[in-house]
Amino acid sequence: MVLSLSKDTIQVVKEQDAVFLKNRVKETATKIKMGLVNQTRLITAASELVRNMLRYANGGRCDIEVVSSGRNNGVRLTFTDKGPGIPDISQAMKDGFSTGKSLGLGLPGTRRLVNEFDIKSKIGEGTTVMVIKWANG
Amino acid sequence: MDRIPILRMGSFLLVTIQVDLYDRLALTLEADLVQMVNKTGARGVLIDISAVSIVDSFMGRIVGNIASMSKILDAETVVVGMQPAVAITLIELGLPLKGVHTALDVEKGMALLKSMMDEDQETDQEEIEDGPVVE
Amino acid sequence: MSLKINKLLQKKKKNILELWMKNQLADEGLREDLISNEELRSQSEELIDALVSNLGEDNFENVDSDLWSPVIEILGGIAITRARQGFTPRETGNFVFSLKEALLEILQQETKDDAAALFAQSLRISRVMDSLSVVTFETFIKGREEVILRQTDEITEISTPVIRVWDGILALPIIGTLDSARTQVVMESLLQEIVETGSSIAILDISGVPAVDSLVAQHLIKTVSATRLMGAECIISGIRPEIAQTVVHLGIDLSTIITKASLASALAYAFKAMRLEVKKIPAGQR
Repeated sequence: MVLSLSKDTIQVVKEQDAVFLKNRVKETATKIKMGLVNQTRLITAASELVRNMLRYANGGRCDIEVVSSGRNNGVRLTFTDKGPGIPDISQAMKDGFSTGKSLGLGLPGTRRLVNEFDIKSKIGEGTTVMVIKWANG
Repeated sequence: MDRIPILRMGSFLLVTIQVDLYDRLALTLEADLVQMVNKTGARGVLIDISAVSIVDSFMGRIVGNIASMSKILDAETVVVGMQPAVAITLIELGLPLKGVHTALDVEKGMALLKSMMDEDQETDQEEIEDGPVVE
Repeated sequence: MSLKINKLLQKKKKNILELWMKNQLADEGLREDLISNEELRSQSEELIDALVSNLGEDNFENVDSDLWSPVIEILGGIAITRARQGFTPRETGNFVFSLKEALLEILQQETKDDAAALFAQSLRISRVMDSLSVVTFETFIKGREEVILRQTDEITEISTPVIRVWDGILALPIIGTLDSARTQVVMESLLQEIVETGSSIAILDISGVPAVDSLVAQHLIKTVSATRLMGAECIISGIRPEIAQTVVHLGIDLSTIITKASLASALAYAFKAMRLEVKKIPAGQR
């Protein structure tokens, strides 16, 4: 059971918003006393996901939540866009796959950095990516 | 527009990144640095990232690009001062930065570049000595 | 129903407490070494007070209702304290069971002539007290789990000492099983120490690690790669023959890592890499 304790929504439309978003994620992670390495993992994951959103969907929105599963607190990020959607998610989750010109580490790499990862996508409607990083985990 | 300053130290270039890079700044740095290597004929590039707290796959790619491009222009790239948290994150992301040399700090990075230059010179010398003899 | 339980509780509060205390003090398992009689009395009184002041006739059996929460809170607090103080589950359980005994005894005195009422009310009291004992055990176990968790944290911290064996050379002997959480701590403290001491070589000695499976190997490779990114070199030493066998049988590729059989040979390698020499001084020369 994951309970949401607080919620904050940020609209992302341009590159500068990504900087603001990363700062806000850092503040939230610091607030729940997340260790430095886990903070770095989370912010890096946010950085990857927000870039994807800007590049493929011209932006979207990100919900930053403090969540709790009883003993452990964590940060949940939900990226929602109204972009073209991902035709083949299992392919997009493979290392080295990319439609843009990048290393194709974005999604699979991000999944390795967080504790929970969920992606939903509908062609023509958009994509939602949810990640959770626990303070100690 | 923001620019990251590139310092020239003898035959090496030194870049100290003090802010968290955003994409456009990183791209500008890549272009500026390659221009500088070409213009100054530098033999080595030191990139100090000790103040950088986040390196994602894009920044990692830029660093890799700088190393490959400099290599073609006959300059070695050394990344110095990477924070432990950044190193762990890059490995988990799947980005071991192959082809990039690393050192703990600027001083050690400089020493590494110098030793590489020395080895270079030795092999150059040997090549000349053992080179084809025209009869 | 003619008899109201909450009324009875209020009226007989003093008697219940006395009887309960008597039960508790008579119990062989009383831990006078862990809790004084006064403290026990104040705990008991607190619980009865909460019981009497919060409960009405309607919510009596519904332990999930909000009115019960102060009682459960107090009981939980007592159970957790007892878990930390080292009470056994039986001793903790007796705290509630002896209250049940006291309540039933009082009830019996009050309903001497009415067998039907006695039966109905004791059933209710039993039900309620049973729910309370379940709560007690749940919180007691939770308290014990917290103790275990804290100890685990302490062990993880103690068991990862980073030793400075030479100027610029660090060693980290790992003893015991390596799991993901532990490797995380090992890796973080090693990398942090590298930054703080400016050491360019780190030796990870795994002679105290009972087994290396593919997950552990993966963690080791990760640590080595991260060390390299920071500009230092990481050597794995203390690889026993059995471990070498399993690694090859599992098809794990450790070729990108510098491995040495013993800490001594790893140190020798480190000296060589740093262009240091250890020499024997011939006798007579000083």
